[in-house]
Amino acid sequence: MVSAQPLEFERSIAELERQIERLRQLAAGRGLDLSAEIRDLEKKLEGLREETYRELTPIERVQVARHPQRPYTLDYIARAFQDFIELHGDRGFRDDPAVVGGWARLDGRTVMVLGQQKGRNIKENLLRNFGMAHPEGYRKALRLMRLAEKFRRPVITLIDTPGAYPGIGAEERGIAEAIARNLLVMAILETPIVSVIIGEGGSGGALGIALADRVLMFENAMYSVISPEGCASILFRETTPEATARAAASLKLTAPDLHELGVVDEILAEPPGGAHRDWDAATQTLREAAAHHLDELSHMPIDELLETRYAKYRRMGSWTEVEA
Amino acid sequence: MAWFRKERKKLVPQRRELNPELWLKCDGCAEILYRAKVRENHNVCPKCGFHFRIGVDGYTALLLDHGFEVVTDACLGSVDPLGFVDSKPYPERLEAAARRSGHPEAVVTGEGHIDGIRVAFGVMDFEFIGGSMGSVVGEKIARLAERARERRLPLVIVSASGGARMMEGVLSLMQMAKTAAAIARLHQARLPYVSILTNPTTGGVTASFAMLGDVVIAEPGVLIGFAGPRVIEQTIKQELPEGFQRAEFLLEHGMVDLIVARPQMKTTLARLLHHMADGCDPSG
Repeated sequence: MVSAQPLEFERSIAELERQIERLRQLAAGRGLDLSAEIRDLEKKLEGLREETYRELTPIERVQVARHPQRPYTLDYIARAFQDFIELHGDRGFRDDPAVVGGWARLDGRTVMVLGQQKGRNIKENLLRNFGMAHPEGYRKALRLMRLAEKFRRPVITLIDTPGAYPGIGAEERGIAEAIARNLLVMAILETPIVSVIIGEGGSGGALGIALADRVLMFENAMYSVISPEGCASILFRETTPEATARAAASLKLTAPDLHELGVVDEILAEPPGGAHRDWDAATQTLREAAAHHLDELSHMPIDELLETRYAKYRRMGSWTEVEA
Repeated sequence: MAWFRKERKKLVPQRRELNPELWLKCDGCAEILYRAKVRENHNVCPKCGFHFRIGVDGYTALLLDHGFEVVTDACLGSVDPLGFVDSKPYPERLEAAARRSGHPEAVVTGEGHIDGIRVAFGVMDFEFIGGSMGSVVGEKIARLAERARERRLPLVIVSASGGARMMEGVLSLMQMAKTAAAIARLHQARLPYVSILTNPTTGGVTASFAMLGDVVIAEPGVLIGFAGPRVIEQTIKQELPEGFQRAEFLLEHGMVDLIVARPQMKTTLARLLHHMADGCDPSG
């Protein structure tokens, strides 16, 4: 797949892709056999991609996590799940299109799948609000999770949001309360929960549907208490790209960092060149990992499941304790 | 244009120097107030009702019958899990905050009595890195909720916070989950939790334990929200309405139960606790 929007660090990859494309057109147009040359270049391209993606800096990972061609929640749902029936509304105010969810089947078992949904163009983003949910989005998610609990169906949440929406309506309708309530209920929800950070895990807006028995994270996804831009502007008082890159590195927002900090349970490998290069491969990774974790969790008695979940979050953090 | 420039003497306002130990200017109405009068009035401006920040010691004196009778988990100290450096390294920031606030972290927890009712009690300290919630704040709040549950005590928390502590990265975010989980278990145990919101209560603290009280009380005029007003203004590119995210705005929109001024705070709290807590503690 030729990327329409190569990222800064992908420039040499994009250049090589263009060369290959030119050769192909030349071969087709003039009836030349350039297959050997093309093969050579393709091999080189593959190597370059692997090499580039092996050593991404944190800020480059952030760019990949936000890549507009990265698969979004509905893309995963369409490919990894069957028989999806989307359910709408929070029964209080409205249906928030920034959060989608409903019943679906994953490898034969019924699950409740939900997540934040970004848009790919202006029209979609007007509808989806760039994946930034209002309180009613979190309350819809809560309603669906309680529905899942009622029938003891597991919950799978897909996380991809810059954050909860910072707007007047969101505050009026209690965005803080909505997120807090979700955390409270998810902590004691009597059914397994698996969360997958597929792209952007933006602060409380991400966590609001990501308190889970297992938290999985794609290799090039990000998960942070604040965006690198926000951190740079507040703490470093700078908005230069350098400051943002420094903030991204300081915040430890990559999958390997978060795995080490105990926040993420498993890192999901992405296809070479990132999930946006190969949706099917990324989808298959997600499907297999989610199924595997649901299998493990479904064998646990509910009491044990809840005890383990509680203990997991009770452990999180880092502090010293010296007897006075 | 140099021809027109006029040398003008700067106007120096004739100001009487007021002894700041005796006088202070109200942040609400700019009135010059006599400190002793303000103190007598629970640190509320007698003219406009502005609530001055009173900190941990102020709320302890205001609400607890005999102060903290037990202080819990004072030995918990923050570490620097990310090796975070902004304008200064995080450990230095912690030291400076402890010196400035006189407290080892942004929350003090323990037990005391309110109108004769034994309670688990926590007060946040805004002077300590903006009352931000890092691992220690999250852990102390969670332990306090667990202590309340084990000893069957009502829980009262006075919040003041700018949100999550960025210097601890996503670990600070996880404290929202941790504290909410501990509060969830307290609810399951049918124990009352009263959350008092003071100026300001924003970000991750609002979006976790602070909004999860059975009863949520706000002091008058305080700022309460998730996103800060500046962030919202930058996002929506329009001016915010008058009184936006103030206690009265939240009451109007159904987000808090009560607005209670400081002079009535203790009696209101006591009445609520008697309604909800009588019979909680088997020892009385």
